[in-house]
Amino acid sequence: MSHEAALHTHESHGHDDHGHHEHHDTFLTKYVFSQDHKMIAKQFLITGMVWAVLGGLMSVLFRLQLGYPDASFPWLESILGKWVKGGQITPEAYYALVTTHGTVLVFFVLTAGLSGTFANFLIPLQIGARDMASPFMNMLSYWFFFTASIVMLSSMFVETGPFSGGWTAYPPLSALGDASPGSKSGMDLWIISMALFVVSSLLGGLNYIATILNMRTKGMSMTRLPLTIWALFFTAVLGVLSFPVLLSGLILLIFDRNFGTSFYLSDIFVNGVGALSNEGGSAILYQHLFWFLGHPEVYIILLPAMGMVSEIMSVNSRKPIFGYMAMLGSLFSIAVLAFLVWAHHMFVTGLNPFLGSVFVLLTLLIAVPSAIKVFNWLTTLWRGNIRFTPGMLFSIGFVSLFISGGLTGIWLGNAALDIHLHDTYFVVAHFHIVMGVASMFGMFAGVYHWFPKMYGRYLNNSLGYIHFWVTMAGAYLIFWPMHYEGLAGMPRRYFDFSIWESFKQFAELNKFITIVSMIVFATQILFLINFFYSVFKGRKVTTLNPWESNTLEWTTPINPGHGNWPGEIPEVHRWPYDYGKDGVDYIPQTTPVGENESSH
Amino acid sequence: MSLYLSIAIIALIFVVIFQIAKASEYVSILKGEENSRKQNNKINGFLMFAFLVLGFIGVYVCNEYLFDKTLLAQPAASVQGEKLDQMLWITLAITGAVFIATQFLLFWFAYKYQEDENRKVFFFAHSTKLELIWTAIPAITLTVLVVFGLRNWFFFTGDAPKNAMVVEVTGKQFGWIFRYSGKDAVFGKKYYKNIDPATNSVGIIWDDKYAQDDILTEQTMYVVKGQPVKLIIGSRDVIHDVGLSHFRLKMDAVPGIPTTMWFTPLYTTKEMREKTGNPNFAYEISCDQMCGNGHYSMKGIVEVVEQDEYDLWMAKQKAQYLVAFPEKDPEAAKAADAEGKVNAAATEAAKAPGAKKDSTAKKATAKM
Repeated sequence: MSHEAALHTHESHGHDDHGHHEHHDTFLTKYVFSQDHKMIAKQFLITGMVWAVLGGLMSVLFRLQLGYPDASFPWLESILGKWVKGGQITPEAYYALVTTHGTVLVFFVLTAGLSGTFANFLIPLQIGARDMASPFMNMLSYWFFFTASIVMLSSMFVETGPFSGGWTAYPPLSALGDASPGSKSGMDLWIISMALFVVSSLLGGLNYIATILNMRTKGMSMTRLPLTIWALFFTAVLGVLSFPVLLSGLILLIFDRNFGTSFYLSDIFVNGVGALSNEGGSAILYQHLFWFLGHPEVYIILLPAMGMVSEIMSVNSRKPIFGYMAMLGSLFSIAVLAFLVWAHHMFVTGLNPFLGSVFVLLTLLIAVPSAIKVFNWLTTLWRGNIRFTPGMLFSIGFVSLFISGGLTGIWLGNAALDIHLHDTYFVVAHFHIVMGVASMFGMFAGVYHWFPKMYGRYLNNSLGYIHFWVTMAGAYLIFWPMHYEGLAGMPRRYFDFSIWESFKQFAELNKFITIVSMIVFATQILFLINFFYSVFKGRKVTTLNPWESNTLEWTTPINPGHGNWPGEIPEVHRWPYDYGKDGVDYIPQTTPVGENESSH
Repeated sequence: MSLYLSIAIIALIFVVIFQIAKASEYVSILKGEENSRKQNNKINGFLMFAFLVLGFIGVYVCNEYLFDKTLLAQPAASVQGEKLDQMLWITLAITGAVFIATQFLLFWFAYKYQEDENRKVFFFAHSTKLELIWTAIPAITLTVLVVFGLRNWFFFTGDAPKNAMVVEVTGKQFGWIFRYSGKDAVFGKKYYKNIDPATNSVGIIWDDKYAQDDILTEQTMYVVKGQPVKLIIGSRDVIHDVGLSHFRLKMDAVPGIPTTMWFTPLYTTKEMREKTGNPNFAYEISCDQMCGNGHYSMKGIVEVVEQDEYDLWMAKQKAQYLVAFPEKDPEAAKAADAEGKVNAAATEAAKAPGAKKDSTAKKATAKM
């Protein structure tokens, strides 16, 4: 019964091959320089997964240092050489790991890996288009990202090590090679990599916007778009407007580093070198430029996850998403406010107190649309008929984490509290829960949900359940106690706390967190095994619409070719959330509205 | 050896889990996929409930175990800190209530509304009334928090009282330098190109008339209980941050752009040792802004003492000018006098600072 409806719609359009591209693909054009959005999505996903493993491994390594500051790891020395001198992780290595972990997870995994994958995969499939507006630009977007990855990777092998001044790369530390070995050639490569990355995200973003605005199928008005597409649309707009500002900031940094300018530098005396000639620059200027991207970036990471969670929750609750227009409005207001709150990262830089107060107000304003979203998700579950697919589990996990991390945002956004908690473990806990782990959950939810469409096979469910429950419990066990460390004032980015009377009481706790983080990391490996095994050997998908979902991607063949629909692109007659309407379990978007049907 | 062994064990565990998971797939085919799906749904529904209960128990246990290790378990050491703690508790109460309510609803709904053949889902797409309610309530609550927060924010960042003592704090890789203005209560001008790590660590312009009684100390800052302290904060190289967790305050130290912060300490270090029951208690200054590979070791101390103790300490401090030019020290001169080397010392003293004077004066005017 489930897929008959879909099959029927499909057939009603005939098989006249109109618009279907007959390609004679070679290996190179099919798997490497592909212009098929689905293949590009997979490329983004797998590259993102490689980075996620590397970034995760880095966090396990620096957690080893935090948990066991006195232990010796001779086996690590045999792998990492001078970075683990005598079996002891060095501060140089620790800071390089922390910095690269941050950069890679924020940009390569949760930006490229998340919106790169799902914007590419879902936009044409869910709006009913054969491909992106410019498949060639789309391909370039991936290859710029790939090149950025290679440059970032290579920075880890330079003599003085990769950049190690934190992912925010504040000058003067990032501008002065004499202030830190990581700021020598490692930093040049970091900047080049980020510049390439910005190009990649611009090429992608422009394409996503153009595609969503221009290439929707017949009947697919903007208010009939699934929330995933709306979320990806706002994500792309945020990226297009904010990434160029980061690029300009980085270019000024290149000038300061290499050409003797003083945009960010003034009145500096470096130990062992002496007074520098730079005068009149402002180190704070960089922070404004950086956070003008940096804060929207948080939403670039979060919005796609929100969109996918909304979609997956509705499908698996067998109920419409509650408050579609409110969801849309809150996405919109989050996107607008995202540009007006950047200085809340700078409350303790000596910001003008009045300016600070404006940013407090605007920052806390974001809590309103966020609260609306949470309540709407809760109401979507209420009186539903919930199917716990792994995708649904991760969606519920996302909401839980978003609540927990969002609420601590109310603490940190209030400048008078931030002045105490800024740059402590409270912040580490806050942003890992609300942005890091939550978005990662959104990404997992998306992978579990759309894997059948991507590969025509299922992931193993049991492994999915184990993956979810261990990761869910682990995420809280790792990050919840960190709030307490923050409430003790324990600063982030510390290599060792043993000399601090105020912070050393957490030695046992740090050990505990390290152990849990290793277990959680191992569980992610389990997911990888599941993923790659299932790509080749997973249970085959036999129905067109395994989740009994309304959206258009499930009207394509099980393994859609380039062009997505063999025949005409289906026409859309309704919004995507008619679940349980008039007692009917689900009504795909392609079903015409019946005469006696009530409106929603 | 143990490494290979542990790798082998982990790999074995992976294989076992994977095989079990794979087998469950075959079992589900035997049992009928629909049946096994329903069974899994029940298990996960129950786990949702279990997670809710265990989660709240976990929060409680975590709090029992860790609360005493936080600063909330001891009194705030400054007037600002007391206000901040009060605000923190209010914020905690509000967000805590929302946390409990929403997490409860989330997992409870997940458990309660798990798939059931007999349930007819409620087609509920929107309700303007509900949406208005949960837009208005957060908006009102947040307004309260904003008003409360901004009152504190303007107090914290506002002007220090007139009677505040002023200390200049300079961060460097990786330590802290403190400057007191001496008897004249005015800091001598400084210019970063005058910095000499050995004798003039902040670059004081010696021929400024206010400069010669300035006092420099490293690592430990003395302040007086009950008297407001205003810190003028700067950095010599990269951005640092003066983190005063016991006073609940922090402020960045930015090269080229001085910042300020003030607070009124409430308890002496000794009193805090008694209050916390920790004989090693110290008001530690932590650097809270990533500043290089020694960031984690950039520790300073605030020593809060009574006025008389402070006066005693201050009396023992020597002006940095005399440290930089020992021959100018009247006491040293007296000693030299006794040895009959008056002339030699005098000529030397006249030479050294005089030669420096010209160049520094020029730079100082250029800078002004």
